[in-house]
Amino acid sequence: MSGAEALRQGQEAGGPAQPLLQVRALKKHFPIRGGMLGRTVATVNAVDGVAFEVAKGETLGIVGESGCGKSTTARLLIRLIEPDSGEVRFAGQSVGSEIPVAELRHGVQMVFQDSFASLNPRLTIEDSIAFGPRVRGVAEAEAVHKAHDLLRRVGLDPAQFARRYPHELSGGQRQRVNIARALALAPRLLILDEPVSALDKSVEAQVLNLLVDLKQSLGLTYIFVSHDLNVVQYISDRVMVMYLGRVAEIGPVEAIYRDARHPYTRALLSAMPSMDPDRRTQEAPIAGDPPNPINPPSGCLFHTRCPYAEAVCQSTAPALAPVKDRHSAACHMEIAGSGHSKARPAA
Amino acid sequence: MLVYLIRRLLYVVPIALAVSVVCFSLVHIAPGDPLVSILPPDASQALVEQMKKSYGFDRPIPVQFAIWLGKIAQGDLGTSIATSRPVLQEITKAVGNTLMLAFAATLIGFTLGCFFGFVAGYFRDTLVDRIAVTVSILGVSVPHYWLGMVLVICFSVLLPWRPPTGAGPGSSAAWVWDWEHVKYLILPAVTMSVIPMGIVTRTVRALVGDILSQEFVDALRAKGLTDWGVFQHVVKNAAPTALAVMGLQLGYLLGGSILIETVFSWPGTGFLLNAAIFQRDLPLLQGTILVLAMFFVVLNLLVDTVQTAIDPRIRRG
Amino acid sequence: MTAIALPALPPTRGYWSAVGRRLLQDKVTVACGIVLLAIILAAIFAPYLGLADPYRGSIIRRLRPIGTPGYLLGTDEQGRDMLARLVYGGRLSLFIGLLPVFNAFVIGTLLGVTAGFVGGRLNAAIMRTIDVFYAFPSVLLAIAISGALGAGVLNSVVSLTIVFVPPIARVAESVTTQVRNLDFVDAARASGAGPITIIRVHILNNVLGPIFVYATSLISVSMILAAGLSFLGLGTKPPEPEWGLMLNTLRTAIYVQPWIAALPGTMIFIVSICFNLMSDGLRSAMDVRR
Repeated sequence: MSGAEALRQGQEAGGPAQPLLQVRALKKHFPIRGGMLGRTVATVNAVDGVAFEVAKGETLGIVGESGCGKSTTARLLIRLIEPDSGEVRFAGQSVGSEIPVAELRHGVQMVFQDSFASLNPRLTIEDSIAFGPRVRGVAEAEAVHKAHDLLRRVGLDPAQFARRYPHELSGGQRQRVNIARALALAPRLLILDEPVSALDKSVEAQVLNLLVDLKQSLGLTYIFVSHDLNVVQYISDRVMVMYLGRVAEIGPVEAIYRDARHPYTRALLSAMPSMDPDRRTQEAPIAGDPPNPINPPSGCLFHTRCPYAEAVCQSTAPALAPVKDRHSAACHMEIAGSGHSKARPAA
Repeated sequence: MLVYLIRRLLYVVPIALAVSVVCFSLVHIAPGDPLVSILPPDASQALVEQMKKSYGFDRPIPVQFAIWLGKIAQGDLGTSIATSRPVLQEITKAVGNTLMLAFAATLIGFTLGCFFGFVAGYFRDTLVDRIAVTVSILGVSVPHYWLGMVLVICFSVLLPWRPPTGAGPGSSAAWVWDWEHVKYLILPAVTMSVIPMGIVTRTVRALVGDILSQEFVDALRAKGLTDWGVFQHVVKNAAPTALAVMGLQLGYLLGGSILIETVFSWPGTGFLLNAAIFQRDLPLLQGTILVLAMFFVVLNLLVDTVQTAIDPRIRRG
Repeated sequence: MTAIALPALPPTRGYWSAVGRRLLQDKVTVACGIVLLAIILAAIFAPYLGLADPYRGSIIRRLRPIGTPGYLLGTDEQGRDMLARLVYGGRLSLFIGLLPVFNAFVIGTLLGVTAGFVGGRLNAAIMRTIDVFYAFPSVLLAIAISGALGAGVLNSVVSLTIVFVPPIARVAESVTTQVRNLDFVDAARASGAGPITIIRVHILNNVLGPIFVYATSLISVSMILAAGLSFLGLGTKPPEPEWGLMLNTLRTAIYVQPWIAALPGTMIFIVSICFNLMSDGLRSAMDVRR
């Protein structure tokens, strides 16, 4: 059976234990041109050696400040941007070598932040949703029929919305349309890049609930990119924290929110407003702006803002090390024998 | 600023080179043999070959280009086929006359355009504004060669004054800034000024409207600034763009004067081009176009530089 | 999950029908449209309008004034009926004025959309080449090419096409670059659509409108320049009726019959201003996305 067929039937090697997505050493550097002749004078390491896995049926939240590379990571996963290096395996198969990018896009779809910019203003809602299936050779009548089904699924009455244009809809309605459009190709993994960030709070809750419902009824897997820690906590099973293109910490949502090990994660969480006085951390709020990504600091990228920074942090970049079961952090304090005063001595 | 200036200067080099390639290729897109016009129809094959050799038409084209470019670098634009005089000598006088005409026209157009533009921008959506807008649309829509004729007609029919053509007594060789000569300049310059006037009116109206609708103007007024003070602010903010538009218009007029010069028999480059085209004098055509295009390239550079000096936020190119 | 209750909305119209409706509400645009339509229809159906022969002159009827019985607009320097020549002249004048813009619209859009969509080196190659033509004032470029190619209708169309390709390509490139970077293009790529499909469905229907409006704003200049080339003798040859050429041959008559001499230019002026005003109207009608 070819890889493509296996994908379509969802019976790849490994069964349910096989992670749906495996990412290894993913890198993307953007050149900065300048000077007299427009040469490359610097590079921004937008994504610098990111590695993680997503299990079938789970939701992985990716959080971080703006410019930390979370959106670039999302676009790399669906190959809207070509990675410089690294490997992405979808359902056990390496993208680009074992399955072509076109096949990957059958299994992975994306919802973008800007609900207006992600819909063609000259196409009706049903044409936008039907576009993907039409490209894949589905007959027009069938594609339109499917679009109407999907509109119902995302809570929009086709009789009222199918023939409308994007500017006639509210932000929340447009984002529902975008979700329907992403679902039109029956993907297994949905990448949601800040899907509710531009929405009002009340609308945000409705769209989040819709996403939860859809995930259950369609058996989807989500990667949910956001800077909003409350939203990520609500929707995620696991959370990945990114800082300047690298993974700072990754683990189950309870572990990250209750027992964060990376000082950056703790600083982020302490900046998060909480209703519960017991949950307030004693951590100092994060100081200063993120460093310039064109000129990143040496060693641990966070040492310029970290209250626990020591000599080792300036010289060596910490690797992502397991803290507990499925919970890892990239901090010298968590690496036994790293040389940090708070680290356990080497075993 | 300095880096920008050097970059902008370096950018001129490839453009100037490309412009000369275009000018050079003019001779080669021309159908037929450029020598046909000066050779007698029954010229022997040997004579044709000899003439070709003396004009360098027998070499491969890239070599011809290199030689041609080398000569230009030394100020040798070739020899006119029709008059057998150096092209440069033919052009110098004409370029001066065209510059004079274009400068006068730009000055008139800019002054009127600024006036109309300011009035229209200040009194948006009033009758005055509508008149100014109409004038500017008329200005950019009018075939100026026809306007020249209509002006001549108006003066000859309504006034007992047959407007003269040419460049006055002694033609261009004896130009002096007295009424005897300047009166020859008035009609062509006014005719020519209509296009820049229309464009400057449009630009200034939009600029003034934009500036007046910005919040800082309200803030200035709230601080008690007088209308005169507000006006000064508007001028300061509108000046860089308006000046840039004027500079570019001057360039367009330099290149576009041929039609006006034909109507008024003004002895400028247009007149020269006309002669070159109809006598199939390709070296003269090539040289004139090259000189005018280079003027335009330098003018663009000047506009960019001056604009950047006044307003460092604007970095073009 | 229930559908969000919405008040019933009026039936939706497509973008273009909305633009059309707005255009029809614009009195100036409608008036200009009617004038242009009349001139164009008259030119096309000139042989059926019962006009005099525009080529047949008479030495004894030269330069009759406007209003002469049988010669509504008088006669020209060779005694030919001015009305007939103006109507017939519209054929060639409109043709050589409109065709370059149409050609340039096709070529410029092709170049600009390609440059904008592909980006990178191809973009740089196309756009830097176009910069070279920007180093020439448009009239000079038209006259240079026309002058080198020699007189002729075809040559004047070719030279004006070359003049108008660069500005249209620039506009096409800039709007395409803007649209290409919008998320719906990424979404389409993620749907597995190829570049041709994306250009056809997602790029063209968003960029053609602005490029078209810009191209219409060039028609007026093109009409003036095309007639100007004829005026210089670089277009058609006598005795062909063409407004620019007629203006030139009547120049000798300005002290005898000034208003007749000015008539062909008036036609150019009327057509040019109507196209300008219509282009303005079209632009504001397309401005709002409703």
